[in-house]
Amino acid sequence: MNRINQKLQENKKLLSIYFTAGFPKINDTVTVIENLEKSGIDFIEIGLPFSDPLADGPTIQASSTKALGNGMTSEVLFNQLKNIRKTVKIPLIIMGYFNPMMQYGVENFCKKCAEIGIDGLIIPDLPVDVYNNDYKTIFKKYGLINVFLITPQTSSERIQFIDKISDGFIYMVSSSSVTGSQNAFGKVQDDYFKRIADLYLKSPQIVGFGISNAETFKKATKYAKGAIIGSAFVKYLDKNGTANINNFVSGILD
Amino acid sequence: MSYFVDKKGYYGEFGGAFIPEMLYPNVKELEENYLKIMQEPSFQQEFQDLLKEYVGRPTPLFFAKRLSEKYNTKIYLKREDLCHTGAHKVNNTIGQILVAKRLGKTRIIAETGAGQHGVATATVCALMGIECVVYMGEVDIARQAPNVARMKMLGAKVVPALSGSRTLKDATNEAIRDWINNPVNTHYIIGSVVGPHPYPDMVARFQSVISEEIKKQLLEKGHTENPDYVIACVGGGSNAAGAFYHYLDEEKVNLIAVEAAGLGIHSGESAATSILGKEGVIHGSKTLLMQSTDGQITEPYSISAGLDYPGIGPLHAHLYKSKRAEFISITDAEAMRAGLELCELEGIIPAIESAHALAVFNMKKFKKSDVVVLNLSGRGDKDLDTYVKYFKL
Repeated sequence: MNRINQKLQENKKLLSIYFTAGFPKINDTVTVIENLEKSGIDFIEIGLPFSDPLADGPTIQASSTKALGNGMTSEVLFNQLKNIRKTVKIPLIIMGYFNPMMQYGVENFCKKCAEIGIDGLIIPDLPVDVYNNDYKTIFKKYGLINVFLITPQTSSERIQFIDKISDGFIYMVSSSSVTGSQNAFGKVQDDYFKRIADLYLKSPQIVGFGISNAETFKKATKYAKGAIIGSAFVKYLDKNGTANINNFVSGILD
Repeated sequence: MSYFVDKKGYYGEFGGAFIPEMLYPNVKELEENYLKIMQEPSFQQEFQDLLKEYVGRPTPLFFAKRLSEKYNTKIYLKREDLCHTGAHKVNNTIGQILVAKRLGKTRIIAETGAGQHGVATATVCALMGIECVVYMGEVDIARQAPNVARMKMLGAKVVPALSGSRTLKDATNEAIRDWINNPVNTHYIIGSVVGPHPYPDMVARFQSVISEEIKKQLLEKGHTENPDYVIACVGGGSNAAGAFYHYLDEEKVNLIAVEAAGLGIHSGESAATSILGKEGVIHGSKTLLMQSTDGQITEPYSISAGLDYPGIGPLHAHLYKSKRAEFISITDAEAMRAGLELCELEGIIPAIESAHALAVFNMKKFKKSDVVVLNLSGRGDKDLDTYVKYFKL
């Protein structure tokens, strides 16, 4: 069974953390992953930086620009992760935009992920129907789970379709926004989370966007299986480097 | 072979809508409604009235006698430079603001590079009394001050794009992010035949008035409605899409798309996307684009701010790949010379974008009997500074 599905069966609320590969320093990638696992989180999203990240706010954009400046590429990332499964056990997901994968070759990219022990991919600008028609077979061949996003604007009908073709979890974007926005979790989110809960989807939902601390983590996981923190952690890395990553995590989980 | 968009939003292998799920409802709403709205008689009435009374259409098809004598052929200039606001861009913004109104949108956003599309958008927003926000790269704001001032006078808010290379592609990213953050009340007026389906098709349809008029005007001048050649410059490609549109299926009409070679195609400072670009995804569309081997989008260069987009519209990628259109690259120096030549021979100061198209006459020999229509997409007022510096006037 894919590590993601195993993890989703655990009887607890899950915390996932996103960071940008090659940030703050080019060779920090493995250190960050190992320290995150030690700090007790449940899975990790490794951001493959892109020059034009449409769905991201200023924090992740800036970290991507810096990582690219540091020399990060798909090839460099795969080399850094070559031996990652000797030390790290929790699910690893690569999150990136479609163009760099296309240039690497989608099949080659998936093959490389499988060799390394990557469990899934999140590709915000690869539309659901294009994946479903053109790439599903390749992903399945290499045992990779593709994670789809839904937003408060997504119709229930479309959510049910996305649920049907999902093999892992659904990435539930908390509000109509790019990453890193400080939207409070208010009535709109409550209604949205309840609406999703009432659909009784087969795929568990993990909430992302706008989660930055223990309070928002708790609110986000009231109805959902887990939550993802991205920009807040990237900011922490920018300020503190890779030392004391467990301090950031314990601030969320205590 | 069809050169028009198919039901799924593709031109051959190019196009589509590679958008994050957050944009899906916005783009879907537009896709489901744009053709319906454009076919409504009340829409057509209002659109045609505004093109006539406000934009000043039809624009003349001018026989350039002295230029024709020099190059020993028959050259007609389609005078889009005489449109209100100084370029063809306004044909599209008029169309899109009318669509936005019918979709019940109360806020307009746009991206701009040189500022021409920003000005054309701010103009129609002022005309309709709708809030307007224009994203513009910080670098472009500094080098296009007069257009920034125009937009402000027209009541638009100009927001600097501070990310990435701080130019047109980043302004486009920022506009898309704004749309993600404001999915319900906002319409995004894209300025070229780029972006996710249905934008390339919608913008091409609004610009197609150019070739519709050319057909009629050639008949009035005693020719057949089909010229031997149509020439237009291509950045994203909206003026070329408009000038080619009604000739796409007329295979006898040769289409010439002119790209900016900057300092030379292989100089590292170029915007010749068809030659330097590879298939990829930019701003929601699968097309040819300039990028690193790793798939990072690179920054193009041209002396003309309207031609330095790292991609071309998916229609043009299809015209290139299928060889329906001939693509020619023109350097800064060749374009500047051709621009000055038009001033001297015909008393018309062209935009530097359009000057790239004019430079084709020095690159390619036409027959004396050929009827050649060149789309003069914009006027050169906005480029005076560049002309002055370049020629030390």
